[in-house]
Amino acid sequence: MPIIVRVPTQLRQLTAGVGEITLEAQTVGEALTALDVQYPGFGERLFDDAGALRRFVNVFLADEDVRFLEGLATPTPENSVISIVPAVAGGSI
Amino acid sequence: MSSVLGLRCRECDRQFPAEALHVCDFCFGPLEVSYDYDAIAAVTSRASIEAGPRTMWRYHSLLPVGNETPVSLGAGFTPLVRAERLGAELGLKDLWLKDDTANPTGSFKDRVVSVALTKARQLGFKVAACASTGNLANSVAAHAARAGMASVVLIPSNLEKAKVMMTTVYGGQVIAVDGNYDDVNRLCAELTSERPSWAFVNVNVRSYYAEGSKTLAFEIAEQLGWQVPDHVVVPIASGSQLTKIAKGFSELATVGLVDGDGSLRISGAQAQGCSPVATAFNKNIDAIAPVKPDTIAKSLAIGNPADGYYALAAIKNSGGGCGSVTDGEIIDAIKLLARTEGIFAETAGGVTVATLAQLAQRGVIDLNEKTVAIISGHGLKTVEALTGHVDPNHTIPATLDAFDAAVGFDDPLFN
Repeated sequence: MPIIVRVPTQLRQLTAGVGEITLEAQTVGEALTALDVQYPGFGERLFDDAGALRRFVNVFLADEDVRFLEGLATPTPENSVISIVPAVAGGSI
Repeated sequence: MSSVLGLRCRECDRQFPAEALHVCDFCFGPLEVSYDYDAIAAVTSRASIEAGPRTMWRYHSLLPVGNETPVSLGAGFTPLVRAERLGAELGLKDLWLKDDTANPTGSFKDRVVSVALTKARQLGFKVAACASTGNLANSVAAHAARAGMASVVLIPSNLEKAKVMMTTVYGGQVIAVDGNYDDVNRLCAELTSERPSWAFVNVNVRSYYAEGSKTLAFEIAEQLGWQVPDHVVVPIASGSQLTKIAKGFSELATVGLVDGDGSLRISGAQAQGCSPVATAFNKNIDAIAPVKPDTIAKSLAIGNPADGYYALAAIKNSGGGCGSVTDGEIIDAIKLLARTEGIFAETAGGVTVATLAQLAQRGVIDLNEKTVAIISGHGLKTVEALTGHVDPNHTIPATLDAFDAAVGFDDPLFN
């Protein structure tokens, strides 16, 4: 099913500057893997050697951190929007 | 002269130039300023610092802005007070408080914002922006006004009224977002990609901004007579302040201003309603699981702390501890601090003092240790939290009879 992946600035060098990629996937993990197939280089940046999301990579499905959902196995209904966001926070203290 | 060598990824060690970059473009690890410490040591002495302004900018040579004139409202060099009465209540014989409520906008955030906007101006930015739980918003709006920069501040829409007003009064753009801090922060992180000409103080200039917290360590050491304390207790939200305090003490030793920081222990303080670092510490695991915050300590309510890993490592490596306290304990601690030391702290200060009590009781803090607790913000910012907890003792008509009836002559307090 077609879904959208939003790519942050830091990774747009891999997509020739494109910030939104439309692709087909049933889960968050499939979407990120498909992204790596279409634009090689995403995989090594998003995943550690064990295949888990790197600790400073946050992935959101709509407005929810996928770590609060089913992680990479979280299903992605048609027209879902996945955002890849660097885990840099700030806030207060 | 600049002693800044560049930026370095804390995760994979890749090197970057000293520009408006905040994450490693390979692994998303946070970037940290690296310095030529020999160059700093060559121009920095206790005497040169003591001859400087009575603000955090007396440590200019240890901050990442070269010779740039600071954007300053006078932040820093806040009182370090010996807390004998609070210490007696908690059983701590050598307790000190770093009273950062005394900063220009009432919180330690003035330290980091002063560095961030100084750097932003140096890098040519005209707009200062941030995501904030309130204290940062206040400080960015005020410092931007001081610097003549435009400001855009994003806050969660449920923020305490005082914090909202203390931001809007400075005349910048204030955008209230429906959601919690993590939602606002994520929006801000995405906006950073879309508005590259804005300096998001805690995003794209975060590497510089965070360095401002080192001045807490510098001041504590100087105010103790160029001595590193035995134990420091620091509140944790993103974990940045704790991490940078550790770095600050370490730098003082590196450039020869103190004799060493080898025995310093650092402990963290969190609210139970948002305690991802304390949870990881107490379970003795390295992974920090994000949480959904639910606490009155909104300035600490970051469920997915960006520097949590480093704060956790700093605590563990130093042999410190990490506590978490309930909302009730936070309110009691705010009142205890006010009653014993005359300092009115916001909820984050309540978290720190309540955690201090907890760690003292558990024996994590030795009663003879020279211990410094960071009181990071002023109580006027979070008066809502005290509603119903600090009412007048009596409400009377304006007559002597009524007063005598309420406060009798036999009251031992008044004889």
